[in-house]
Amino acid sequence: MSATVVTAKDLGRDYEVGGGLFSEAGIVRAVAGTSFAIEAGKTLAVVGESGCGKSTLARLVTLIEEPTSGTLEIDGRSATKADWPSLRTDVQIVFQDPYGSLNLRKRVGAILEEPLKINRPKMNAKERRAAAKEMMRLVGLREEHYDRYPHMFSGGQRQRIAVARALMLEPKLLVLDEPVSALDLSIQSQILNLLNDLQERLDLAYLFISHDLSVVRHVADDIMVMYLGRPVEVGPKDEVFAAPRHPYTKALLSATPSAEPSSRRERIKLVGELPSPMNVPPGCPFAPRCWKAQDKCRAERPVLEGAPHPAACFFPEA
Amino acid sequence: MADASSQIASTVPTRRPGRLREFWTYFKENRGAVMGLYVFVAFVCLALFADLIAPYDPSTQFRTAILQPPVWQDGGTWGFPLGTDALGRDMLSRLIHGARFSFFVGIVVVVVAATGGIFLGLVAGFAPKWLDTLIMRLMDIVLAFPSLLLALVLVAVLGPTLLNAMIAIALVLQPHYVRLTRASVLNERTKDYVIASRVAGAGPLRQMFLTVLPNCLAPIIVQAALSFSTAILDAAALGFLGMGAQPPTPEWGTMLADAREFVLRAWWVVTFPGLAILVTVLAINLMGDGLRDALDPKLKRS
Repeated sequence: MSATVVTAKDLGRDYEVGGGLFSEAGIVRAVAGTSFAIEAGKTLAVVGESGCGKSTLARLVTLIEEPTSGTLEIDGRSATKADWPSLRTDVQIVFQDPYGSLNLRKRVGAILEEPLKINRPKMNAKERRAAAKEMMRLVGLREEHYDRYPHMFSGGQRQRIAVARALMLEPKLLVLDEPVSALDLSIQSQILNLLNDLQERLDLAYLFISHDLSVVRHVADDIMVMYLGRPVEVGPKDEVFAAPRHPYTKALLSATPSAEPSSRRERIKLVGELPSPMNVPPGCPFAPRCWKAQDKCRAERPVLEGAPHPAACFFPEA
Repeated sequence: MADASSQIASTVPTRRPGRLREFWTYFKENRGAVMGLYVFVAFVCLALFADLIAPYDPSTQFRTAILQPPVWQDGGTWGFPLGTDALGRDMLSRLIHGARFSFFVGIVVVVVAATGGIFLGLVAGFAPKWLDTLIMRLMDIVLAFPSLLLALVLVAVLGPTLLNAMIAIALVLQPHYVRLTRASVLNERTKDYVIASRVAGAGPLRQMFLTVLPNCLAPIIVQAALSFSTAILDAAALGFLGMGAQPPTPEWGTMLADAREFVLRAWWVVTFPGLAILVTVLAINLMGDGLRDALDPKLKRS
């Protein structure tokens, strides 16, 4: 029986930009109208190109920033700012760059014990130390690493430390913000396998953010494709990969390199740039780059709906 | 896989050099800095053991030997190796005791300016925008005045003593620390490790002092070393203008001021205090440069 760990309804986040003394502030909709639910032990992968709001979504779910619209429920409790302190231990994050996400002035042991120090005041130093060492074993680090500084480790080991730190509080949801895109290909698979392992053992829910579809294919259960802050297609991994319904998803998939030269597919080349999120065109945001766009697309925004899995398009594939 | 890891685990872990050791390896690559350090240590020893080293009490007047030249000039004696001043006091003893005042000024000023400046800088870096603006504009106002002039005004208001001079100099030097700290805090604050500690539930105080501050310390330490020399120089300048230590205190700047009417008749009464200031300040500046090189992580090869 798997319980739903996180539910988001119509989550949105606007930023005011500019707005100095003489200019009016503009509003950037970094994320809008995003809904999803993740069950324990499952992985939802969020894909999309740079600037589509993936990382903002991660910051919303990890309670770093407050959503400007919509609701977020974690572990059955609504996550408003007043409840943040009590929900902190349920959601943790692993960042993209393991070189920036560890405090260089602290030893590995101190890095791992800090979350416990803050959130488990009853634990004494000995118990914390034992917990940290146990966690290091779990993520494949050795005991003698306890007293070292982060700069003595390679990127892959650092990412292991970051994962260990995130797991110290025994969270139910782990947000992975492109956890492997800063790593070498060979190290990537090590970390991905570690993450898969941990998920099985600890029954974690993952929100996996990535732009690398081959990585997503390896880890995801469900996929959410985002474009300009909105999800354009949501569905189970196999369905989305086998039969993408939104033209944008199709273009994304066609851009992933294939290992077999013989089965090379026709590559869809998108023309034009991602529209500025400060000035989103009316209608479907993908219309200016879409080869199927018609007048209707430029006038009206399509809603996320349809079968077998929802896509925001008036003229879906398949 | 299992083989490989057990093999690595069985090798004896080599002890990494401690932080101090590592610091010294980088520091000693800069010859000037090491020289500066030696001179600095020598002066510190002089200041600490002034009572034992100095041949005479700094304010004893030898009426029979007024304005006696140093030993290598005609009329000099070994009794007063660097000569005597217009009141017959031994120059060497006064210089050695003067080192005490100079270092005292340096240490007090740096400690006061740095603690206040670091605290304000941290607050400004973490505070909401209005408080940040308030603090920074106040500091800009202090910076807008020529530093010596402002110190002079403050001493004139507070009264001319060495203590007040130190307070004034500390206030004048403070904005540099505030700006430096705030700049590095703003830079560090956006980094992932700070966000990670926030996700782990760290409160603002913990973030400020335990997470961010240790990562901002390198430039602040360098600034402290360099402003040590500025403090000595400013204290000497205030002393020279009659606004710092008052005679008969053997403070180097005050000694210079007292001796300026004898510049042509007795060069040694002016030259030696001046040289003492020059050498100290130069040594500290060289040391500060080396410190910057040694503490800058960008120049490190690990």
